[in-house]
Amino acid sequence: MAGERAGIDVGTVRYVAGLCRLELTGDEEELFAAQLSDILNYIDKLNELDTSEVEPLAQAIEIPNVFRDDAPRGSLEVSEALANAPEKTGGFYKVPAVLEG
Amino acid sequence: MAEEVASATAVEIARMVAGGSISAREVALTFLDRIEKVNSSTNAFLHVNQDWSLSCADLIDQKIARGENPGPLAGVPIAIKDALCIEGAPTTCGSRILEDYRPPYTATVVRRVLEAGAVPIGKTNMDEFAMGSSNESSGFRKCFNPWDLSRAPGGSSGGSAVAVAAGMAPVALGSDTGGSIRQPAAFCGVTGMKPTWGRVSRYGLGAFASSLDQVGPLSRTVEDSALLLSVIAGHDERDSTSLPDPVDDYRSALGSIKGLRVGVPAEYFGEGLDGEVAAAVRAAIATLEEMGASLVEVSLPHLPYAVAAYCIVSMAESSSNLARYDGVHYGARKGGTRGIDELYAGTRAQLLGREVKRRIMLGTFVLSSGYYDAYYLKGLKARRLIRRDFEEAFEKVDVIAGPTTPTAAFRIGEKINDPLAMYLSDIFTISAPLAGIPAISVPCGFTSERLPVGFQIMGRLLDEKTVLSAAAAFQGATDFHEAACPL
Repeated sequence: MAGERAGIDVGTVRYVAGLCRLELTGDEEELFAAQLSDILNYIDKLNELDTSEVEPLAQAIEIPNVFRDDAPRGSLEVSEALANAPEKTGGFYKVPAVLEG
Repeated sequence: MAEEVASATAVEIARMVAGGSISAREVALTFLDRIEKVNSSTNAFLHVNQDWSLSCADLIDQKIARGENPGPLAGVPIAIKDALCIEGAPTTCGSRILEDYRPPYTATVVRRVLEAGAVPIGKTNMDEFAMGSSNESSGFRKCFNPWDLSRAPGGSSGGSAVAVAAGMAPVALGSDTGGSIRQPAAFCGVTGMKPTWGRVSRYGLGAFASSLDQVGPLSRTVEDSALLLSVIAGHDERDSTSLPDPVDDYRSALGSIKGLRVGVPAEYFGEGLDGEVAAAVRAAIATLEEMGASLVEVSLPHLPYAVAAYCIVSMAESSSNLARYDGVHYGARKGGTRGIDELYAGTRAQLLGREVKRRIMLGTFVLSSGYYDAYYLKGLKARRLIRRDFEEAFEKVDVIAGPTTPTAAFRIGEKINDPLAMYLSDIFTISAPLAGIPAISVPCGFTSERLPVGFQIMGRLLDEKTVLSAAAAFQGATDFHEAACPL
């Protein structure tokens, strides 16, 4: 598992850019392939650490779930919530067609 | 009086305003005038709204005229990092994607400082979405260090540090994820504190890496940071990660450091540390000893892994947090006539900057199928080891002291094309957020080129009181924080 490491080539950059919905230019793809490989190479330093007995730590102070009473309270008006939308129609966000046909 | 105010601390301004020797409006005008004079050469502020600042000041003056208590920050001008929402006011997070965004609500910390009588004096420049250590990644314009305009002010809260250093505001709010308050404070010769994770509400702070982000004060004196922290700290039901623990009156808790055990980690004085920075910081530690503190050698053996762990944790979280900028709900939209995916990808491509894209890419990669265990989980395990180092050290000492940054302010352009070199410049500030602990940077000297050097003091979880006491004692014995920048 920990030995499974890969440099990042342009193909991987394209794949990852697709996952995070980023359109990259050809120049950016090459730049990121080189820079991300550099950074990942550096990160591989972590393989020097034996972490077989170490639990992951996602946050420094482990807070249990926080609940409040399930009571209705005021919230933004629809017009306020939509005020910053780049496009809207009626009381909705407007986007290009999502479903084909 | 105006001259006196220009160099006064927040504590002094609040006293003068509350006592009626100067009006909040006069104070605001003094600082707005200074902004008018030096903002164009530093770009510390992205937005200044004089009318709004003055109307806030007038409200304080009216309260005083009515005999009401104007609050502990009466009439104190405050610069606010542009990552903090103010209802109806520009809040860009330094990104073009939010250029026209006007939040429908106000961040809790902003609401608290306004209720305490502070006067918002403007919103400060920053690296886009707080991702950067030089302010060169601002989506709008670079910000310049007032000690040497060819140098970076640090980042991401560069504008807030410059505003305080150049006398455009006595205090400022910033946010710190890997050093974004402390590193610019060090570079600009001011005081800056990252409180314990969860000590201050983040409701209304543009999210970068949620397990690390924390709002904190910048000021010239530790006493002002203590005052400001007491106002902003505390539980907020709108931020479920804010801690319920009671808040100290940090300012009146500033005390003697006689008997304080100061840990000095050898790892903070190794390779890569500039000689002049090392000398200034060693002298600062000696000052604490002369004042009655005892020095104890401690070890933080996982320091060399902190930047790698930080890259994984912060970039993974940012790739998730920034998924919200999709050109649909708020923020600008570009391109994408051929369907929703093109809309997302085109908007993000055209309106997010290079550093932000790089971090989203890396974060997405380390979370992606096949790499999650090897990178993301490995980073979280390293994080536990880093926290354990601190837990063990704090069994023997009360605070840990060392440099804030490996060098004084670097030149603009020096690191911007080498992301890894930029990340490594945060080596000494990155551990505290990974461990969640509070940390402060105070000025402790100058290099031969007259660039400020920062002295970092870290403490136990929720022990801001001791960190502030040590830093205040240091300032009581030194005058580095009183040095004025040449601008």
